[in-house]
Amino acid sequence: MKTWSRIAWGFGLLVVCGVATVGALNVQDETDVKTTAAFAPSDSLIERGAYLARAGNCMTCHTARGGASYAGGLGMATPFGTVYTSNLTPDANTGIGNWSSAHFWRAMHNGRSKDGRLLYPAFPYTSYTQITRADSDAIYSFLRSQPAVKQPNRPHSLDFPFNTQAALAVWRALYFRPGVYQLDASRNAEWNQGAYLVNGLGHCSACHAPRDVLGGTPDRLALAGGLIPMQNWYAPSLTSPHEAGMQQWEIENIVGLLRTGVAPGASVSGPMAAVVTGSTQHLSPPDLKAMASYLKALPAANVPHQVAAVPRPDGAVFNAVAAAKLYEQHCAQCHGANGEGIAGAYPPLAGNRAVTMKSAVNLVQLVLGGGYAPATAGNPRPFGMPPFVLVLNDQEVAGLITHIRTSWGNQAGAVTPLEVNRIRGGHAK
Amino acid sequence: MATAAAPFEDTIAQRTLACTACHGSQGRAAADGYYPRLAGKPAGYLYHQLLNFREGRRHYGLMTQLIDPLTDAYLLEIAQYFSNLDLPYPAPVPGQASAEVLRLGQQLVMQGDASRKLPACVQCHGQAMTGVAPNIPGLLGLPRDYLNAQLGAWKAGQRRAHLPDCMNTVVARLSLSDINAVASWIAAQPLPANTRPATALPAWPPGMDAMQCGSAPVPSSLPGLPGLPGLKAQK
Repeated sequence: MKTWSRIAWGFGLLVVCGVATVGALNVQDETDVKTTAAFAPSDSLIERGAYLARAGNCMTCHTARGGASYAGGLGMATPFGTVYTSNLTPDANTGIGNWSSAHFWRAMHNGRSKDGRLLYPAFPYTSYTQITRADSDAIYSFLRSQPAVKQPNRPHSLDFPFNTQAALAVWRALYFRPGVYQLDASRNAEWNQGAYLVNGLGHCSACHAPRDVLGGTPDRLALAGGLIPMQNWYAPSLTSPHEAGMQQWEIENIVGLLRTGVAPGASVSGPMAAVVTGSTQHLSPPDLKAMASYLKALPAANVPHQVAAVPRPDGAVFNAVAAAKLYEQHCAQCHGANGEGIAGAYPPLAGNRAVTMKSAVNLVQLVLGGGYAPATAGNPRPFGMPPFVLVLNDQEVAGLITHIRTSWGNQAGAVTPLEVNRIRGGHAK
Repeated sequence: MATAAAPFEDTIAQRTLACTACHGSQGRAAADGYYPRLAGKPAGYLYHQLLNFREGRRHYGLMTQLIDPLTDAYLLEIAQYFSNLDLPYPAPVPGQASAEVLRLGQQLVMQGDASRKLPACVQCHGQAMTGVAPNIPGLLGLPRDYLNAQLGAWKAGQRRAHLPDCMNTVVARLSLSDINAVASWIAAQPLPANTRPATALPAWPPGMDAMQCGSAPVPSSLPGLPGLPGLKAQK
């Protein structure tokens, strides 16, 4: 009896300590939101906020398709359920009209809403926590200057236990620490500005860092590449020389890719096209150069290029003759008989890292759904890739992609019809 | 399908191969009936449909995903390109509808039904049913399946237009058998010698209020684009 009682007390104490730790970690570095400062933003502060909101790409997620800008309502599918973005317009009841700049700062810096609720990290406060109070206030001032839209927030649709604040508190205790970006004195101002933008408002790690089973990005700053949950696009590693590492690129080409969506032999597609459209094309040349410098200076990962065995053309899995014929029929006109592409119009496939990197999901996405590079000021009339989802079956798409990944010196792994089929499920709806 | 062997030329046709993969060579329509003709449709109409797909008033994932990263200016250029193509139409496919169904269809298309405040289709789509520039599409040259699918989508709220959405008002007054009759009759009609859209709407008959139809303004950054004299609301 005594032993049991001791165990119970010990267990109880552990629970109390655990809860206290989680609780303490969840209120770490919080500001007093009761202090009210006079709110009289200057035009230049609002303008600065508009620019920073672009850098954070706030509008892309906080606007439903065809809906009012910043009024929220866009559903973001996650493995834990769907999170709906909130209304950031200054409507008093449904938006942030009753928020002070301190409330807004606490959301950006601590991931806590005005009413004290913990926010879901689909809102990337895990990155935004790095921005300064001054920049947060500028964004707040800009949002408050927008037209108020009365649109109630749609409740999230999350599975148990992910729909509880307790689960969120534990997640935050594991993965989130608030903290403004600290200058690295050993680096120059440009690198520091780049780090601030890439890791803060740019929230590049939301896609380019690998996620664990709880959706956490424990190694956020490494930008080692990640599969974007639910969307089935792979955000390539920004450090691997076999993926999208830019250590060997000219700065001007990195800037060009972020500003126009295209660079020699490369173009952005899928979710990154939305990033260029909504965010990076609007950034100033010095800021883009800073981001480029930071990305170029990321330490190159020392990873061997993983080459899967090139499949034998045994007819059943991969029919090399049939695949080559499909390539000639559907692809060669634009991408060239030898995968050389057409400069300024169609990217080469020979030696293209987007073709040869380990994950082939983006290739499958592009062959099935086609796509345009984003139309930007620097590339206003992009060329388009037709969708083949209705033309080619899984076997044909797998064969075609395997052909592309193993021809003209490319040495990447085969793609199976099953992999194609899994991604096809998200198309042609 | 997508690629006839032709040397690369930097043309708008080349830049829109992504469209013609489904909508047929030069936007002549696909064989299956669900990817409609683009060639020769009024530019404003095509532009609006591109916006409608991008902004969720029409639903087809493949289409939305394709045009999502494009600007209004580029979408307008694409719309004008297809609008300016003057290509022959195929002969209508003979239908299976009964004479009674076709009679109802013809009556609704040509006269409407005043008792239900239902305007004739030709009231807005032109007496020749070839549409009215710049915003109202022609009805001929579309397969029955496509017409049925679109009118059905409108009735189910799955297809919408800019407010005020006059087609929504009209289709709400049609029964499903009305829709089938209208689609069957229209799909069986041959094209007139002049297939270009009319330039002005016919007058509304006395006693019937003209419908108000919404449309998107051309972006103010694009003044005076040729061939599209102002995408203003139709009165």
